[in-house]
Order: sequence, then structure tokens, then C-alpha cells
Amino acid sequence: MEVTIVGIKWDEILITGDPIILGSQIAILLTSLGIIGGLTYLKKWKWLWREWITTVDHKRIGIMYIVAAVLMFFRGGMDGLMMKAQTARPEMSILDSQHYNEVFTAHGVIMILFMAMPFLIGLMNVVIPLQIGARDVAFPQLNALSFWLFFSGAMLFNIAFVVGGAPDAGWTSYFPLAGKEFSPGIGNNYYAISLQIAGLGTLMTGINFIVTILKMRTKGMTLMRMPMFTWTTLITSVIIVAAFPIFTVALALMTFDRLYGTHFFTVAAGGSDMLWANLFWLWGHPEVYIVILPAFGMFSEIISTFSRKQLYGYKSMVVSIVAIAVLSMLVWVHHFYTMGSGALVNSFFSITTMMIAVPTGVKMFNWLFTMRKGRIKMTTAMLWSLAFVPNFVIGGVTGVMLAMGAADYQYHNTLFLVAHFHYVLIPGVVFAVFAGLYYWWPKMFGFMLNEKLGKWHFWLFVIGFNVTFMPMFFLGLNGAVRRAYTYSAESGFAPLFMLSAVGSVILAAGFAVFCYNIYWSIRYADRNISSDPWDARTLEWATSSPVQHYNFAKLPEVKSLDAFWYMKKNNEGITLKDEEIEEIHMPSNSGLPFLMCVAFGIVGFFLIFEWHLLAAVSTVLIIAGLIYRSFDYNDGYHIHKDEIRKTESTWKKMEGKVNNHVS
Amino acid sequence: MSANVNTSLPLEYQTEQSRMNILGFWIFLGAEIVLFATLFSVYGVLYKNYAGGPTHQDIFMMKEVMIQTVLLLTSSFTMGVAIWEMRRNNKKGLIGWFILTLLLGAGFLFMEINEFIHYIHEGATMQTSAFLSSLFVLLGTHGAHVTFGIFWATMVIIQIAKRGLTPVTARKTFIIGLYWHFLDVVWIFIFTFVYLKGMVL
Amino acid sequence: MEKSTERFPLTHVFGFVLSLVLTFVAAWVALEMNLSFTIVMWIIGTLAVIQAGLQLFMFMHMTEGEDGKVNIINIAFMVFCAVVIVVGSIWVLTSGHAAH
Repeated sequence: MEVTIVGIKWDEILITGDPIILGSQIAILLTSLGIIGGLTYLKKWKWLWREWITTVDHKRIGIMYIVAAVLMFFRGGMDGLMMKAQTARPEMSILDSQHYNEVFTAHGVIMILFMAMPFLIGLMNVVIPLQIGARDVAFPQLNALSFWLFFSGAMLFNIAFVVGGAPDAGWTSYFPLAGKEFSPGIGNNYYAISLQIAGLGTLMTGINFIVTILKMRTKGMTLMRMPMFTWTTLITSVIIVAAFPIFTVALALMTFDRLYGTHFFTVAAGGSDMLWANLFWLWGHPEVYIVILPAFGMFSEIISTFSRKQLYGYKSMVVSIVAIAVLSMLVWVHHFYTMGSGALVNSFFSITTMMIAVPTGVKMFNWLFTMRKGRIKMTTAMLWSLAFVPNFVIGGVTGVMLAMGAADYQYHNTLFLVAHFHYVLIPGVVFAVFAGLYYWWPKMFGFMLNEKLGKWHFWLFVIGFNVTFMPMFFLGLNGAVRRAYTYSAESGFAPLFMLSAVGSVILAAGFAVFCYNIYWSIRYADRNISSDPWDARTLEWATSSPVQHYNFAKLPEVKSLDAFWYMKKNNEGITLKDEEIEEIHMPSNSGLPFLMCVAFGIVGFFLIFEWHLLAAVSTVLIIAGLIYRSFDYNDGYHIHKDEIRKTESTWKKMEGKVNNHVS
Repeated sequence: MSANVNTSLPLEYQTEQSRMNILGFWIFLGAEIVLFATLFSVYGVLYKNYAGGPTHQDIFMMKEVMIQTVLLLTSSFTMGVAIWEMRRNNKKGLIGWFILTLLLGAGFLFMEINEFIHYIHEGATMQTSAFLSSLFVLLGTHGAHVTFGIFWATMVIIQIAKRGLTPVTARKTFIIGLYWHFLDVVWIFIFTFVYLKGMVL
Repeated sequence: MEKSTERFPLTHVFGFVLSLVLTFVAAWVALEMNLSFTIVMWIIGTLAVIQAGLQLFMFMHMTEGEDGKVNIINIAFMVFCAVVIVVGSIWVLTSGHAAH
């Protein structure tokens, strides 16, 4: 017992000796102090606890996801800029090789798992229950737990670089590099433990949304009348449930290898390092579809709304999403053709990979045909969707190039690959979350983001993105490898690297405009807007903005696809009669999810530092939380008719004299 | 959310929330299938990598494994009877069969722990070889599920005793029943693809 | 899905006996008969799948209730994934050059 406690090397906990890291430490300290001071000064602690931390309201949980995602976008973006600065010129020495390794690892993990995932899950949280005409998700408290587990994992991962040392084996953390033998520090424990905690949250989200969508749709909303975003969320959730347990196991085995000396992925004693790559991509490839499918759903909604047309080829859309879900489980080996598994294996996976381009192509044509002969409104959300189409096609076509097993030996681990997946993920996911954010912002907050600033954001970001990543295709074809922290002047790479670095600055300027837009809109945007500012088609616009906590006074009845459009055209179900108002049952807030976040954070932290006894003891906290939950019979509360009447009359009365921005 | 009550259904299915919980648990079991499949795949890749250490035949004790199997199969049966008693609204019968189930589960666990101790005495630890790493983690994950199930079920029994059979306690019992049967399903595959396969290698 | 009315859990007893029989047959085939490895694995693998189905349908009543169809699709898809994971991993990691 004493050994463990004495075994703590206090001087190794904080990372010292690097000016960039020292600066970050000071910045983190000042920001934390600023937040704590600000909350205390404004007497907002109680408000924070009551309205946000303990909330089980899907809309607020969604907003918290989005806030966290934007912060993580900033963090991951800074990492990206540091990499671009380091490679802007040959033989630069802003970052040394070790620091560069840590930065690209953090960039990858954060952008995929702590930016893209929570951003999408956040928008899913806000929108899906509204789109299906429900009052919340199936398991509201579990939903809060999902968020807090994600948050716990994300915070653990983010402190790595200042406390104890950052993981440095890439976001894929391949063995044997990621093993104890070649990475003896605790950095990679951060990877194993914090992703495990966040992954648990994601799995719960998947289960929650499957049940929500299958069981809580309002009257008349059959499966084939669901909005496309709901469909993609359903299928995404299915892939989450099918894929995340694989990652859970892989990370657990990594933890065992690193902490307890087992031999799953080691070179010695019969372990198989490629087994890690295999498990990682068994999860990792479906993960790509987990982030891309909800994005497809958002584009479908936005393109349909701003083309003033029903989505073209709805059924073929559904079929292709389902096909993608099945195929996504069958392509993982294309990430490691060069392992040399033999011609048969590589051919098989080449074919399945190319097959997955077919349903994706179907979707592309559906979006184009939706726009055909539509009366297109060039809003910011629509611009992102329009830019998505050609940019994503570049990513998709280069993907088919990479899909060919034989040719992949040329591209493997070059910047060509890096450019490819950025062309898939940035137009596919980042454009989508921006589009979604501009589109659903008024629903969340009751005012719009500034469209003019939005267009600045859009153009800077899209131009910056192309200038950054297009040169990387050519660098890759010329032989520049990924994850190399520098290159020689003789290589001839310098001009394109420089161009790419300039692009990244434009990209960052776009993000800065986005942040300024949020600030500007919070301060100055018109509050007097319609609850349906885009003249949209789906049910989330049938209620007020921001949405009252019970979502709908009377659950709407659905008679066709694009239910709200139908209601508006036929003037059905829009007015609320007084006798239709009934008491509404709602779930109570709970502090337990947040406390579980703290408990998991503590246990995770101890495990990362390999303080086994402390970790084992503090597991009691988690168990106590589970026991408490088991005996918790809180059944929620009812909202009285008077309160509903009052809330409803306020926003319905306003409808007459609002400024409609787009219709 | 407690609306939509249908009293013609068995107690555990009566409220909409219960039906959602049961469906959610089935989906969770889907995730568990994938989780155990991954562990089986790891075992399937590594199972011959003895690295000079003990092999299957060196350490497996088939008699004990057969007893473990019978214990777990029987506990799955008694669990089924417990749920059957619940649907007859027989609280006493339910609790009796439920406790018997947990005792059988505890017996299984006791034997598994002994088995692990035996392995370690034979010099077969988790650190010895890739084969043993994958064996211990596969068996251990199943054993940890059984352990968790016993504690969880104990909580539920206390709640039944305190509150009687209500839609909520009935739903909780039903769900843990699903969990218990599922662990038996996993064990069937462990029995077949770890023990029996190991013996015929 | 019915409230039980019968006085004896007949299907449960039947399922229990069947599962014991299947287990002992599998053990007997594997341990006592001198068949080739492949044949043994096919036989006991089939027996395991039958027994798993028995648990799912006779004890867990997978198809009952308003979500019976969803349950079947869910379990079928997850079993598909499980087969892909197990067979795929073994195939990928033990064939061609990866075997060495």
C-alpha cells in the first residue's frame, strides 16, 4: 500500500521545460481562474448547477455538446496550425520531433472523437426528438450521463499535454509503437483510458437514440415518413452499437498490455501487433460512417428546405444509408493493405470498398436532383451544403483511388492519404455541422446567426480549406509522407508546403469569423423572429424558438413526409385549442450524471498514472453511483395546464408581428 | 412518459417506459454480442501462440469445466422459472428461484476463481503468453459479467422485497433475466470454442 | 407474451433438458470420439448455435411483444457483425504474408 502512494513521482506530474507548454499551462490556469471568478462574481453557480449541469433536457444537453465541440475545434485547430507552421519551411524548429508527434496525435483524436462526434451528437440531441414529435429522448438521464462521460473523457485527454505527458503514437496508436516497450511513459495511457470513458458515453447515446426513434415517434409518423436526418441518426446509432464495443475491447486490451503486462499486441510472447490495427479499424472504419451519415442527413434537410422541394429519391436515400451501414462493417482492411495479407484478402476488401461508393453516389445524385428546378435560397446553411457536393466528391474519388489494393502501396501513409481524408471529413462533417449550426441556431436560441458574417466565414473557410489540402495531394504523390515533422530543402516540397500553410491561416481566419459571428449575434441579432424563419418542412419548426422545455404542448399528428410543410399548406394542426391542453409529464433533473463524470474522471486519472490501489479504491465512487441509481425511484413531475397555457400564448401571439428573414 | 399503460400485458410490459427499457436492453445485448465476438476474435487469432508456455491440454480441467457449465445452465433455467413465477404474480416463488439462481451463479464464480488459481499455480498467468492473455481476458470478462449480475440482482431482489411486484420492479427483474440468459449463451460459446476446441487440438 | 396460467413451467424444463443434452453430446463428440478436428468443430459449433438459439427463443422470448421484429433484426445484425469480426479477423491475420 505504502509503495503505491510513495510511488507517486510528484515531480513528473506537471510537464516542464517547454515554453509552448508553459504558455499553455499559464493560459489554462488563467482561463480557469477567469471562469471561476466570473461565475462567482456574477453569482451564477446555482444557475449553472440547476439549469445546465443537472439538466436532462435533450436540447440543453445538445447545446452543451455543441459548446464543448466548438472548444475542442479550437484546440484541435491550434494543433493543426502548429503542424502547418512547423512544416511551412524545410528544417524548421518550432516543434521538435517528439512534440510534433504529440501534436498530430492530439489533433487526430480531438478532431474525430471530441469535435466531430460531439458536434453531431449535439445537433442530434437538439433536433431528433423535435423532428419525431417527442418530448424528450427515451432515457433522459442516461442521455445526460452520455454527455458527462464524453466530457470526462475529453477533459482527461486534454490535460495530457500539461499533466504527465501527451500520447504520441498517432490517433491510430499502432502497436508496437504504442506499447510499453517503445512508449514507456504514461502518455499513451491517456489515450487508452480517456477514449474508453468517452466511448462508453457514445455507446449509451447510440442505444438511447435507437429506442427514441423506434418508440417515441408521434402519431402518424411511420418509418417512411421520418425526416432524413432522423433516418441517418437511427442508422448511425445502429453502427455505433455495432462498432463501439470493438473499440471498448481494443482499448481494454491496450490498457492490459500497458498496465498489466499482457501480450495481446506485443512483439514478444506471441502477441500480434497487427491485431491492434485490425481491431482499431474494425471500429475505425464504421466510425467514419458514424460521423458522415448524420452529416448526410443534415445536408438532406437543408438542401430540401432551401430548394423548396421535397427530397428527391427519399426511398433510395433510405436504402443507400442501410446499405452503407452494412458495407461499413466490411471494408476495414483497406486501412492496412500494406500489411501484406495476400492477394485474396486485399482484392476482397478492394471490391467492398469500391462498392460503398455506389450508395454514396446515389445520395449525391439525389441531392443534385433535389436542387434541380428548385427555387434555391442562398442562405449560409445552403452555401455550406452546395460547397459540400464538389469538395466531397474530390474526397470520394481519391478514396476510390486509395481503395485499389495494388495502387495503395504507392499512396499508403503519404500526404495523399491525409489530403483524401481531410477532403472527406471536412466537407462531409465540418461543412455539415456549420450548415446545421446556422440552420438550427434560431431553433436553439431564438435568434439567428448573422448571415453576412456567415458568408465571410463560409468563403474564408472553404477557400482556406482547399488551399490547405489540395497541395497535399500533390505533395503525397511526390512522396511526402505523413507524420514527418520536417523535410529537406532538396526534396522540392517547400513551395507546396508553404502554400498549404498559407491556406491554413485563411482557414483559421474563417473559424475566427465564425467565433466573432457567435459573439456578434448574441449581442446584436434581432430577437423578434419567427419560430419558422426558414419556412422549413419538418416538425422541429412547428414549435417555438427557443423551444419550451416540454417541446410540444400537444404532440403533432403526421400525415405525410415533410409533416410541417403539409401542416402549413393545409392549415392543419397548427392552432392549439384550449381544451387540447393537458398536463405534461417530464423527467426530473439529476446531479448523478455529473457526479459519475467526476467519479470516472478520478478513476481514469489514477489508472492513467498507474496508481492501481487508488484507482481500485476510487472505483467505489462509481459503484456507489450505480447503487444510488438502482434505488432511485424519482418518477419526474407534471407541468400544470396554466403554465402551458401561459407559455404557449406568449409565443403564439408573437407570431403575427415578427420579422421573417427568409420566406 | 408514464402514459400509455396497458394492463392486459404482463406486468413488466405495462408502461411505455418499461417497453422502452426492455427494448433498450435488447439493443445493449446486441452491443454485448459484438463485445464478446471481439474477444473471441482475439482469442481465435492468438490461441496457438503459447510462446513456450503451457498449452490448452496442460492446464484445462475438463471435469471442473463440465460442473461449471452445468451450474450455469441450471442457473439459466432457474432464472427462467423465476420470470415464469413473476408472470404468475407469485412474489415468493419469484424471490426463491431468483435467489437459487444467484447461488448457482456464485457457485460458478467460485469454481472459476479456483480454476484461475490452479492456472497460476501451473505457471500459466496472464503475462505468460498471448494465448493465456486472451484466455484470461475472455474468461475474466465473462466472469466479471456474472459478478456484476449477482450484485445487480441483489439490488433488484431488495427492491422486490421492499416494494412488491410493481411495473418497475417487474421490469427490472425481467431485464436482469435477459442479462442472465445472455451470459449463459456466451458461456456456451466459451465452452465450445475454448474448452472443447482446446481439448481436440 | 402472456401472463402465465399453466401450473408447471413445461417449456422451461424442456429447454433445460435439451440444453443439458446438447452440452453433453458436444462434450462427448469432442472428448470421446476420434473424429478429425474439422469435423468435430463443425459438429460442436452447430450444437452451440442450436443451444444459443434455444436460450434466445425459449428462455429469453426474443420474438415476444410489440418489438419482436426489432429484436430479431437487431440480434440478426449483431450476429452478422459478430461473424464478420471473428471470421474476418482470423482470415485477415492468418492468411498470406500476415501469417508469418
